[in-house]
Amino acid sequence: MNTVAPKKRRAFSRSIPLFLMVGPVILWLLIFVAAPLVYILVISFMKKGTYGGVVASFNFENYLRIYDPLYLKIFFVSIVIALATTVLCLVIGYPFAYIIARASDRNKSILLSLIMLPFWTNSLIRTYGWIILLRTNGTFNTLLLSTHLISQPLQMLYTNGAVMVGMVYTLFPFMVLPLYSSIEKLDRSLLEAANDLGAKPRRAFWRVTLPLTVPGVFAGCIQVFIPTLGYFFISDLLGGGNSVLVGNLIRNQFLAARDWPFGAALSILLIVFTIVLMRVYKHFGGSLENIT
Amino acid sequence: MAQVSDKVMVELRNVDKFYGANKVVKNLNLQIREGEFLTMLGPSGCGKTTTLRMIAGFEAVTSGAVIIEGEDVGNKAPYQRNVNTVFQNYALFPHMNIYDNIAFGLTEKKVKKEEIRQRVGEMLSLVQMDGYEKRMPSQLSGGQKQRVAIARALVNRPKVLLLDEPLGALDLKLRKQMQVELKHLQRQLGITFVYVTHDQEESLTMSDRIAVMNSGILEQIGPPDKIYNQPATKFVADFIGESNIFEASVGSVDGDNLNVIFETGSAEVSAAGFSHDEMVYISVRPEKLKCSAAVVPGFNIRGTVKEHIYVGSIIKTIIELPNGQELKMSLLAGTPLISPGEVVWVYWEKDSTVVLHTHEETLYNLIEQVPKIEVSV
Repeated sequence: MNTVAPKKRRAFSRSIPLFLMVGPVILWLLIFVAAPLVYILVISFMKKGTYGGVVASFNFENYLRIYDPLYLKIFFVSIVIALATTVLCLVIGYPFAYIIARASDRNKSILLSLIMLPFWTNSLIRTYGWIILLRTNGTFNTLLLSTHLISQPLQMLYTNGAVMVGMVYTLFPFMVLPLYSSIEKLDRSLLEAANDLGAKPRRAFWRVTLPLTVPGVFAGCIQVFIPTLGYFFISDLLGGGNSVLVGNLIRNQFLAARDWPFGAALSILLIVFTIVLMRVYKHFGGSLENIT
Repeated sequence: MAQVSDKVMVELRNVDKFYGANKVVKNLNLQIREGEFLTMLGPSGCGKTTTLRMIAGFEAVTSGAVIIEGEDVGNKAPYQRNVNTVFQNYALFPHMNIYDNIAFGLTEKKVKKEEIRQRVGEMLSLVQMDGYEKRMPSQLSGGQKQRVAIARALVNRPKVLLLDEPLGALDLKLRKQMQVELKHLQRQLGITFVYVTHDQEESLTMSDRIAVMNSGILEQIGPPDKIYNQPATKFVADFIGESNIFEASVGSVDGDNLNVIFETGSAEVSAAGFSHDEMVYISVRPEKLKCSAAVVPGFNIRGTVKEHIYVGSIIKTIIELPNGQELKMSLLAGTPLISPGEVVWVYWEKDSTVVLHTHEETLYNLIEQVPKIEVSV
């Protein structure tokens, strides 16, 4: 069979020219991925017109502007919030993923669908849900007031905390799923071997389980960290005007300030940052296949 | 060379293991002596691996006691038991190099660095893997991984080494070589080995004693020659080596000489303790079976030579009886053969057979036959 298959494939590719098969995909990528990226890259080196629009004059002005303390602070805050979100997701997600991976087959599918189900609802609607929970006369405050735990409603909505809650909530599955798959793959006899060799369960976790699930940890962290920088609608809805993240900044440049070249420069910076993170991830032995 | 002592190292007392209604091990009683190489032999699903895992502590007993060095270890976790396991799939830690793999148990016990280095070094030479310290498990062949797995267990100087089909994944030649090496290693170190396998040939080669298990029951325990020559049950006769088994009834009894009658004829055997009209099994090894062109006094078994199968140094002749039963007869290569299709008369030396009571057999058959699940590690 093995010797026949390549022949057949050759015959098939002769009957349908290569460009007809691969062509549409390449065309799609060119039009919807490459072209916009090149466009963004080009206008990031141009100037903003007086009434919006782009004026063709090559300069580095937009990139230099980012060094303004105002923007650097936004970058800094964004990274801090993204890191905090990632750590929170990891701390909550690891035990959760561990429990799913070790559950019986039936419970496994129930738990996994509990993770996946909210995904099938629009994330914007789910974020609005959080507003109802968090606002001054919202569910949480009403509950806390009625139990006399607090006398004044707490300011929960429109804080960085609210943004983080929203981010953790939205991105949680992206952490749990890669963790789950790497814990699931872990050969249980390795833990038995560790036990057999004198390691208590806790030691076995630190010496065997955790090191062997690092790819899942990395994949999960990358998948939470990077979107957190860009999910502007969450910080818009839950952070109000008080929380401006990189994503909001870029959105504002394009839609509010109508400064496309500056928005483009910020986007390019975010893309470069993402690529650097991916390189770091790959450097530590991560596989891009883990990121789905 | 260490000798097997009289001291009991591991004892299983009335051990049962049930998974719900599934009875994997039934009332198992077993004593394993210090320095002994004991093999637990049986088909898959017979409960041998489960028994091993109960000694290691990975499975709890449903009832009964596991006693190691006189101490009931029922409440002890694997890391508290002075036994180590060599796993079927090696279970080497893939993120650690060979040195760290072997040193794992010692670092857990907080042994000093220098001593660890020295003991790991000794182990590596013991299993002939010097110079492999820095390799990763993925860079080793199956045989090498197996050596490392053995070294990783032995470095802890366990009282008992448990081996769960450790050679199962190796090719035949390497397996034969490792069998001899393991046997030598065990003799050299004098550690009690409990070895699980489904390979009867392997068990005959290596063991001091073999415990044959079937459907969760210990069928027979004894030295290899005894297991082979004097099987206690039909299962053992059938499972260890090859056997021609006749279901027969005792015709006449004359001292130790019995005349037995079965569907395809009659024969003479010599055995004590049987009475007239009793149902018995007659088990004849292929190398004990003979045939002749003329009727042999005392025997009346007529068959047809079906085919000859060449197996290297011996030739197996298949003789078909009128009821379709096929008898296996092995002859040394070079012996003149009877051509297929010829009619022959089968016989044997009277004392070269094993006669078994059937009542034990029927007892086993009466015990509910629930499908077994062998828990693999």
